[in-house]
Amino acid sequence: MTKIVRTIIWFAVAALGTLAVSVIALRRGESINAMWLVVAAGCCYSLGYRFYSKFVATKVLLLDPLRATPAERLENGRDFVRTNKWVVFGHHFAAIAGPGPLVGPVLAAQFGYLPGTLWILAGAVFGGCVQDFVILLFSVRRDGKSLTEMAREEIGKVGGFIAYVSVLAIIVILLGVAALIVVNALKGSPWGTFTIAMTIPIALLMGLYLRRIRPGKVLETSILGFVLVMSAIVGGQWVSQSPTWAHWFTYSASTLAIVIIIYGFAASALPVWLLLAPRDYLSTFVKLGTIFMLALGIVLVRPQLHMPPLTRFIDGTGPVFAGNLFPFAFITIACGAISGFHSLISSGTTPKLIARETETRMVGYGAMLAESMVAIMAMIAACTMQPGVYFAINSPAGVVGQSPDAATATISQWGFPVTAANMAALAHAVGEQTLFNRTGGAPAFAVGMAQIFAHSLGGDAVMAIWYHFAIMFEALFILTVLDAGTRVGRFMVQDALGHIWKPIGRTSWYPSILSTSALIVGAWGFFLWQGVKDPLGGINSLWPLFGIANQLLATVALCVATTIIIKMHRARYALVTLLPLCILVSITFTASYHKIFDPNPRIGFLAHSKLLATQVATASKPEELARLIFNDRLDAVVAGVLVCLVSLILIESVLEWSRVLYGQKEASVKESPFVLSRFAEEEA
Amino acid sequence: MRRGVIGKRIGLLIETLSAILREIFDESAYARFLTTENLISSRAAYAEFLHETEHTRARRPRCC
Repeated sequence: MTKIVRTIIWFAVAALGTLAVSVIALRRGESINAMWLVVAAGCCYSLGYRFYSKFVATKVLLLDPLRATPAERLENGRDFVRTNKWVVFGHHFAAIAGPGPLVGPVLAAQFGYLPGTLWILAGAVFGGCVQDFVILLFSVRRDGKSLTEMAREEIGKVGGFIAYVSVLAIIVILLGVAALIVVNALKGSPWGTFTIAMTIPIALLMGLYLRRIRPGKVLETSILGFVLVMSAIVGGQWVSQSPTWAHWFTYSASTLAIVIIIYGFAASALPVWLLLAPRDYLSTFVKLGTIFMLALGIVLVRPQLHMPPLTRFIDGTGPVFAGNLFPFAFITIACGAISGFHSLISSGTTPKLIARETETRMVGYGAMLAESMVAIMAMIAACTMQPGVYFAINSPAGVVGQSPDAATATISQWGFPVTAANMAALAHAVGEQTLFNRTGGAPAFAVGMAQIFAHSLGGDAVMAIWYHFAIMFEALFILTVLDAGTRVGRFMVQDALGHIWKPIGRTSWYPSILSTSALIVGAWGFFLWQGVKDPLGGINSLWPLFGIANQLLATVALCVATTIIIKMHRARYALVTLLPLCILVSITFTASYHKIFDPNPRIGFLAHSKLLATQVATASKPEELARLIFNDRLDAVVAGVLVCLVSLILIESVLEWSRVLYGQKEASVKESPFVLSRFAEEEA
Repeated sequence: MRRGVIGKRIGLLIETLSAILREIFDESAYARFLTTENLISSRAAYAEFLHETEHTRARRPRCC
């Protein structure tokens, strides 16, 4: 293809992207088709990948195809293996794609589809993808070192310590919020609870099948597990319709929280091959298939978006979570635009599989673009619902009222008409008793997804099956994160405490396993319990806390990246990471300030605790209020401590940059020495 | 001729997808283990593979 043809094609892509973004941004008063979002995303991602990532690769990072990667130099057939770039891409995407990009955009849809969509597109192209790409390359150049190790070596000991604490904090908060999403999706739902309960024996069966009957045949076992899970979904309908069986699988939020806490503890202590690994395989299998199906469904159905581009709740009075558009839309979207957690994956398994440095661009930048597309699909799923229905599902009873009539009256008053009869019909169609107050994002996403699937395959008759398929998919996803996260957190605690008392550091010593598991499960279980007992639904306070923690971790990753870029004598290009860093600092610090000090009790933890304190004297259960006050103060302390820690790493980074830039310190990076690739000739 | 090229491309696509799935589901890792340890697939070999990779697998975070 000649240069002129290529230029014309890229101009056409840019023009189409501009048109799509203009339609999304400027159309008012009438609904638009979801395909405009898909086209806008496709064009922005293509342009971002073709031009911006290439600029970062060639001008900033100076990718060198002749430099041997650790997968080549240290190849051992186990951790370090030269792998085909498409295989690494798939592997990396499967590791970074989690429930965050599905839940975050659904919650942020309360502002309308416009702010969230714009942030997903811009945040991913200029922030999240760059972070993943840069951290992946720097880890490749350091033999696959982790983010915390790079922070310690390049910034200093304080940097390493803060990265460690941030990782642990985000794991604990993430697991608490994730468990709360599952609880809110399953409370009072015998069908959903039965299906999810069945995934535990199915995973155990898969583990035994893999070990005893068909060793190593994971794909075959996963297909078998998938068939069993689908049977459980169909069986769940029968369970929900049987008065006897439905009774056994109908639980309150508190009971489900206790069950999940016990499950988390057991999963952390059981052998990996028995529960964690097969569940992980099953979850990945379902995840990849569902994402593909959702994309296909959106393209086939091409649904209209019923949510307006901007809602009245940009003023901060939203029922799903309180807070202004800035910074709360940015905090809420989380992983769909930029996720600090990805930097752990980019400096974990993936760098050990990269065959050529140049492939980090496709794997790091490209996989995050794919994750961002998942977020766009979640936004579409949420916005195809009638806004009244969306708010009825996502608003806590404490905001809209306890009864269906009170809730629909409040929501209709906001300008989003909905009736109790509409909601009852929808609940009946998806096989639930009620869809009111299902906070957390998962049920709303499931309804949106079920509507899209039902329109493309099977019609309204199978809407209930699709809804419970979506709930199963999300809960399976989340419980896998719960299993894996609890175990990773347990190892981190064991490693740290092992420095104080050696036996606790022995990862196979049972007293150590049990005590550290209890510590981690107790920590996230505390946040889960707090969310379950929160009259505002828990998500209002916990999801922003999770978003803050996740993006503070991204701040740490971008500090490490900027430091290395400056030390590479590429300071003139440091804006590539410095700009997203500045934006993240402004977002996370503003959000933290509001969450701690905002005078509005629905936003500020301290204001809420003060309000509750005034009610203690007249309360019928003062001990319950005292607990809520304690929770608010603790949340304020957690947010404050995280911000202080990240401020320290920022200060240390800025000092390091100034020392290097003013010549007080030699600009040298701690990379592995250059070794010419055995494949250099082939490359040349 | 053209049909042959398309067929080859489809074949390559299926091969790549299969390789991706085998890597994600650790089947390739198990095959590499068997090669390096000079073993044939069996319950004992798989148990050894699981034992050897347990530490790495348990520390592998799953993203949010």
